[in-house]
Amino acid sequence: MKQFAELIRTIDGTNKTNLKVAALTEYFKTACDEDKLWTIAILSHRRPKRPVNTTLMREWATQISGVPMWLFEESYHIVGDLAETIALILPTENESSDKSLSQIIKEIIALRPKDDLDKKAYLQRNWLQLNYYERFVFNKILTGGFRIGVSQKLMTRALANATGIDKDTLAHKLMGSWTGENTTFQELVYEDNEVAMRGKPYPFYLAYAIENEVSDLGDISQWSAEHKWDGIRSQTIIRGNEIFVWSRGEELVTDKYPEFQKFLDVLPDGTVIDGEILPFKNGEIMNFKDLQTRIGRKTVGKKLLHDVPVIIVAYDLLEWNGKDLRTLPFEERRAILDDLVLNLHKKEEAVTQEEKTPLLLSETMRFNSWEELATERDLAREKRSEGLMIKRKDSPYLVGRKKGDWWKWKTDPFSVDAVLTYAMRGHGRRANLFTDYTFGLWQNGELVTFAKAYSGLTDAEFRKVDAWIKKNTLERFGPVRSVTPHHVFEIAFEGIAPSKRHKSGVATRFPRIVRWRTDKPMEEANTLDDLKALIP
Amino acid sequence: MLQPLLQFTKKGIYCKPAGIYLDPWQPVNKALITHGHADHSRWGHKKYITHNDNVPIISHRLGEIDVSGVPYNDSFSINNVKFSFHPAGHIPGSSQIRVEHKGEVWVFTGDYKTEDDGISAVYEPVTCDTFITECTFGLPAFKWRDQQLVMDDINIWCAQNHIEKKTSVIFAYSLGKAQRVIKHLDTSQMKIYCHGAVYKMTEVLRQQIDFPPTHLITRETTKEELAGHIVIAPPGAHGSTWMRKMVPYVTASASGWMTFRGARRRKAIDKGFVLSDHCDWDGLLQSIEATGCENVITTHGYQDIFARFLKEEKGLNAISERTQYEGENSELETEEKNQIVETDPGTENNIAGQHTSSERSEENSSSNSNSGSTSSTAS
Repeated sequence: MKQFAELIRTIDGTNKTNLKVAALTEYFKTACDEDKLWTIAILSHRRPKRPVNTTLMREWATQISGVPMWLFEESYHIVGDLAETIALILPTENESSDKSLSQIIKEIIALRPKDDLDKKAYLQRNWLQLNYYERFVFNKILTGGFRIGVSQKLMTRALANATGIDKDTLAHKLMGSWTGENTTFQELVYEDNEVAMRGKPYPFYLAYAIENEVSDLGDISQWSAEHKWDGIRSQTIIRGNEIFVWSRGEELVTDKYPEFQKFLDVLPDGTVIDGEILPFKNGEIMNFKDLQTRIGRKTVGKKLLHDVPVIIVAYDLLEWNGKDLRTLPFEERRAILDDLVLNLHKKEEAVTQEEKTPLLLSETMRFNSWEELATERDLAREKRSEGLMIKRKDSPYLVGRKKGDWWKWKTDPFSVDAVLTYAMRGHGRRANLFTDYTFGLWQNGELVTFAKAYSGLTDAEFRKVDAWIKKNTLERFGPVRSVTPHHVFEIAFEGIAPSKRHKSGVATRFPRIVRWRTDKPMEEANTLDDLKALIP
Repeated sequence: MLQPLLQFTKKGIYCKPAGIYLDPWQPVNKALITHGHADHSRWGHKKYITHNDNVPIISHRLGEIDVSGVPYNDSFSINNVKFSFHPAGHIPGSSQIRVEHKGEVWVFTGDYKTEDDGISAVYEPVTCDTFITECTFGLPAFKWRDQQLVMDDINIWCAQNHIEKKTSVIFAYSLGKAQRVIKHLDTSQMKIYCHGAVYKMTEVLRQQIDFPPTHLITRETTKEELAGHIVIAPPGAHGSTWMRKMVPYVTASASGWMTFRGARRRKAIDKGFVLSDHCDWDGLLQSIEATGCENVITTHGYQDIFARFLKEEKGLNAISERTQYEGENSELETEEKNQIVETDPGTENNIAGQHTSSERSEENSSSNSNSGSTSSTAS
């Protein structure tokens, strides 16, 4: 635990990527295999299941700290991180512990089925044996959400440095549904195990957004365009007569979409398709909001299957007849994919809509000029897409987010000017700063809450707004403060739909702050009716 | 009902029977001043009374003022109200103020800490009925380690940077924290260079305290000269062009706020040392107990939370009062905030309209070397 805690402390203590990679590399060179495996597992969000709920953890921590529960809660609001708050309020440790990371994790796994008294005794004993930072890490493992500024990419880079294995190969090996309990470091990193690789997705290739003029991409004849569909990016694998559907967040979602079992009948073994899962009914794409009703469900009932059927709109073919196609030019991969899907459609011409395989092509489009392409982008909302994807015709399928070959060019977001009405303290690096804001729009001379946003301002702007909030608080409700309505912010969002759950009657998607309109008096902010007029 | 001996008024804490204010935040005729930080000793009073050691400090900060000094523990009377100054341990020259009238005793702490920092007169608890206490760090999350341990960490960090030929830049408030760090730095291998604001204040304090030699960074100071040595600068210098001279450098901040991981990370500082000139949670509780008081008034900090704790858990008659001392803002953020005002005068009135001219003039004088035209903010 000491070595792992020290690693996290070093990573947490610097903003410099090189120092983080260096610390991780050193760790991967010196730690024991078991600890390395669990470190990879934790940093790729494969923690053991939570053995105890956080309410009990708070209670037990306050008991040995002599701090009343309400004061703990107040402290938590201010510190902004539960694991950190518990670590801070506990009394100073009275012994030290030499347990390794893997030993602690095994204990945590074994703890889960035990009763609360045992759990309490275990936690309280260990808290008093760990120093401040070890405690913090221990609590993080227990509560989850190990977000310390180490991306999977960065960890893979360090592991590649330490092992000498190519980082793209490693990225592939680290994908999938392995856990620290069902594999070993040797097996995960060094062995070429066909069985283990069978259900593993390829790392997704992600595009950057176009920042400047789209025409800067040069000769348009080198580029292929298609719509950027608004669903769940996915990878569908058919191998060993089994289907695996992965979301881009590396979640295995096969069971959530039983519709896709049909692929097993029509697609040959050794096929991997990159595509978008979309809600689709009566030959039309439905709203993303409809898909959300299915995302949260582990299993889906008949009604939901009927109400919100899904399809996959295929973007790319990564594997065909068991062969990795990723190094082929995009155009060639697409030619095989187009053949595959069009043939399938031909075969199914006569069958009813419900009987058809839920697989469509994301149509590729060629344009003669960037102006023509821009015109197509203007149709995106109408076609229920988020904008366009622009892919170089000869591009390979790369690993992770890479600049150069693939670009996304989204539609311009909606935006309104709204008034800041409530503020809450942020978390993580924004703990103790008021950075989470609620915004209102005018209706009959009153401000009606319509969205919350917590991104889009610079650190310097957040500090200014924070200072202003602290001086202009009207009322406090736990961590939330109402403030004197005064400041106007431009809020952008991607989608808008009517909603019964919101007081305003409108739900917006991914609202964020675009700019602080210091030039605008609050009377000139938009009205709720202005917002409703945007609903398509 | 009897009026309280000390009242919280628009201009500051007021002792009506004596007609005198304690650390007022608006200009008054007569002010008793606990210490030299800008939020406690503001510009514009007609007469300042403070501890002897604080006289050169506030004279340096505020320029031509009418100030008289008194020693610790010596009482003087105004209109039958007895006043005396007692060590607060916060920074050199800092005091608590004891006020006695008709057998009733009040103590106002200003800012204070219980640990001996080696440069300030050590805090002494003063018995009283009513204790007005700051609570900047009035949460159980705050627990300080011994200064020696923290300074060991700082010295090890500087020595490591020295080996790597990097300059160690430590951000510390120019009055108090800077001198506390300077006093305990290991100078056997490294020299201490200072930003102008820190250098000048340290020179003022040299009349009272022994410090290792410090060197002023001027236009003529070269990169080569600084490489591998230590630089002490106010937090406002972080991210300014002034820092270019230190390249390659690593940065650290010494403050109680460094307790929070978030605070350290959002400041984009390489290293955070938890070193505070205020009481931690236990320090506050022990001090309150040592005064034997029945009534507590909590001011700047987590005053509502702290007052509730004292009331519910300690059975004290505790209330909180608003002041214009930099409550939720740390000593660190006070300077930082001014720095923002300085770099972006356009929106100043919107968000920082409450800045007094004293804060502004102080910040201008302390950061002239940051950027050429700081005076543009003085409206």
